[in-house]
Amino acid sequence: MKKQKTEDRRQKTEVTNPVTRYPLLVTVFILFNVFCSMFTDAYALDVKRTVLDNGLTLLIVERHNLPVVKVSVGIKAGSILEPEEKAGLASITASLLTSGTQKMTAQQISEEIEFVGGAVGASADEDFATVSLSVLKKDMDLGFDLLSDIIINPSFPEDELNKKRVRIKGSLKSQEDQPDFVASREFRKAVFGAHPYGRLVQGTPETLDAIKRDDVVNFHSAYYVPNNAIMSVVGDITPEEVKALLKQFFPEWHSKEIKSASLLKPTEVKERKTITIDKDLTQANIILGHAGISRDNPDYYAVSVMNYILGGGGFESRLMQNVREEKGLAYDIHSFFAPNKYSGTFQVGVQTKNESANTAVEEILKEINRIRNTPVSDTELADAKSFLTGSFPLRFETGARIANFLIAVEFYGLGLDYIDKYPSYINSVTKDEVLRVAKKYLDPDNFVLVVVANQEKAGLKPEFK
Amino acid sequence: MKKIFSIILLLLLLSLAACAHTSARQAGRYDGLLYEEVLPNGLKVFALKDPNAPLAVFQIWYNAGSIHEQVGKTGLSHLLEHLMFKGTPKYGPKEFSKIISRAGGVDNAGTSRDYVYYHQKLAPDKLYLSIELEADRMSNLVMDPKETLSERDVVMEERRMRYDDDPQNIVYEEVMATAFKNIPYRWPVIGWMEDLKRITRDDLYKYYKEHYAPNNAMIIVAGNIDVDAVMTKIRSEFGGIPKGGRIENPDIAEPEQSGEKRLYVKKEAELPYVLIGYKTPNFLNDDGYALEVLAGVLSGGKSSRIYKSLIDEKRLALSADASYSSLDKYPSLFFLDAAPLPGKSIDEVEKALYEEVEKIKKEAPDEKEVQKAKNQVEAGFIMGQDSIFFQAEVVAMFEMLGDRKLKDKYFEGIRKVTPQDVQRAAQKYLVEDKKTVGVLVPLKKVESGN
Repeated sequence: MKKQKTEDRRQKTEVTNPVTRYPLLVTVFILFNVFCSMFTDAYALDVKRTVLDNGLTLLIVERHNLPVVKVSVGIKAGSILEPEEKAGLASITASLLTSGTQKMTAQQISEEIEFVGGAVGASADEDFATVSLSVLKKDMDLGFDLLSDIIINPSFPEDELNKKRVRIKGSLKSQEDQPDFVASREFRKAVFGAHPYGRLVQGTPETLDAIKRDDVVNFHSAYYVPNNAIMSVVGDITPEEVKALLKQFFPEWHSKEIKSASLLKPTEVKERKTITIDKDLTQANIILGHAGISRDNPDYYAVSVMNYILGGGGFESRLMQNVREEKGLAYDIHSFFAPNKYSGTFQVGVQTKNESANTAVEEILKEINRIRNTPVSDTELADAKSFLTGSFPLRFETGARIANFLIAVEFYGLGLDYIDKYPSYINSVTKDEVLRVAKKYLDPDNFVLVVVANQEKAGLKPEFK
Repeated sequence: MKKIFSIILLLLLLSLAACAHTSARQAGRYDGLLYEEVLPNGLKVFALKDPNAPLAVFQIWYNAGSIHEQVGKTGLSHLLEHLMFKGTPKYGPKEFSKIISRAGGVDNAGTSRDYVYYHQKLAPDKLYLSIELEADRMSNLVMDPKETLSERDVVMEERRMRYDDDPQNIVYEEVMATAFKNIPYRWPVIGWMEDLKRITRDDLYKYYKEHYAPNNAMIIVAGNIDVDAVMTKIRSEFGGIPKGGRIENPDIAEPEQSGEKRLYVKKEAELPYVLIGYKTPNFLNDDGYALEVLAGVLSGGKSSRIYKSLIDEKRLALSADASYSSLDKYPSLFFLDAAPLPGKSIDEVEKALYEEVEKIKKEAPDEKEVQKAKNQVEAGFIMGQDSIFFQAEVVAMFEMLGDRKLKDKYFEGIRKVTPQDVQRAAQKYLVEDKKTVGVLVPLKKVESGN
């Protein structure tokens, strides 16, 4: 994370990522729209879907414009499956895949892939883990060889586990310097309590210490199996070539019975709660929100339209118009529903100078009340729909993005025709429905408010405490 | 990886040059699939047809970055960038982004030290919207005083977020301000807070009138577009805008540095951090290529020297990197930076960074290490072409440096780098007397071992 940050810092001085007018179109829309985009006729993707004998779901899209192949493997091995006292297990298991196999050390793995200018990596979130590969076509054999080796034969060396543990603990400490990280961690904890969705995917220093090599080995052996995985391959490659590569490099990946963990829907905390954290900052970092919806909720599309109008639609959103454009109180304000498999959150986030904290919270509540009590205008509804349906191709410009999208479509069971149906889902949303879902899924009374700030300067009013 | 990204930009044009030649109908000419034309008012236009792209991009670049500002008025260029969205007589203050979003497009802008650019991504048949809106705001900006002040507040919030509350970025700002005493890289793109407070509407308007003119701008459109139709539209929308005065880059050189500079930033933070900047030339100097490869050998992935040593073997650092961008208009800095793991000291990581540099000075890197760094550049470039936005950016960046064809020169330069070149570059530039070291001193006591 720290590393990421220093990269940002430098890139800011280059054209590739200069000081921009507004950062959100990238962040929020990736979070939000990656699951709700559509393929218009002109850009329809020809997706070949098969389930192999070993249970692996395989999705292939041919793109021959560049000699490049991108692979994503989604595995149902997210933090939701780990025990509370070993939080961080799913994440550390994924990240250790590239730290050594039966035949290669961590250094040999990075040396091989980096020599050809490719990349291989793995990480886990709450719901699933993703292993990804990026290579030039000419290096496909090398890429698939590495990919199969790290998925099937990781050796999880004790020493690498220890190294990783120290680094994760260090990065947790270092992230304390990022107010948005702190605010978001506290928010999830308050909304989901002890449920895995309420924890950091990275774990805590204590739970990381409790993870032994055997835990990692067992977690891997239980979940990293083909009948628990989805592989998408996008690029300069044919289905025949993909199948030949799988035959050559994945013959030893066998299906296996998966012990079904009893996954509970989290009990969402429905009460008013304020969390303040005192830091010597110039800005108050604020999150206001509560539980949201899961990805399979049929109201998902009405909620998408409603949220676009409230705070999801970049400069067009009501929150942005009010807090930034009219009052000049913040560079960034946004709202989003983050849907997970079994639940989700709704949150509004803003950074404003300490002294404006109360005003920002008041305006957020004002906008939440307004959208719950009065129908949105015809123009707002039409604009939201035309953006949501019209912006699809922008999100799928690159092979890597397509590969990740396909994993999500499959994982959340949206169906391959989702791509064709999305516009009609959005276009059928009415003003009444927007009002209905606003009333149902926004709560101006029972919410969690997190304020990371110089508390003395922020001086939160008693009614927000 | 990041240095690769900056290098890659070059290779793009090379591949275009290989494409079939097409004859031009207008005053412009084709180079492969890239069409180039200069309108009579001095506006340079590039149009790049990529039939595989599922969308189109519009970018307009102005020679109006923070290097064009004066002492006391830092941050002008970036603040003006924000104001460009605040309306003209034809399109009101909130219209620009609304029109683009309604068309299913996204828009944004960015200011760097060397220039500012505005861009939109749209379905190809909506590109005319960009052309109309950008032509209008090139010369008709209203800059209402109330809107201006409110946007200035927004930028102050942006500054608080990006710098004042981010200890590592403050170190970066201080290192730049200390390393350079003359060239304008010494102030941040976003400007000093004290300057932001004083900038007036008149300062901004004057700067806008001076810098935003067709002969000081460049357009690049790219994607699955009909080049003839797009060019006709561009000629009709932009063709009537009068020429302005030519904006030259300030003719300023940096005095010789003779001795290390060191500075400390004390702030509430969990971990210390060190950032070291060495004065280096840009790629217009032949040593630039070797410095790019040097950055790759030191820090191009987990098999690079700094990662292997500081993070993997010695287990000193949470993060550690080398980076260099040769694509700035003025000579800038080659950076080393690191944050120690809890319990390790800043001195240890700083020393370990120098050890890696000294090793290369003593003994040239392996042929294979150098080849790997070059391969990363090449593969990164090929993969980058998947993005039409990136392809457009490459053309524009090199053109802003003087000539889009510099890319060919650059690529050839990288390919020719030998292990001895890398060693020589390290010996020549990564020297104690040319460096500036910034250290973050956390004010909060760091508990060790946690």
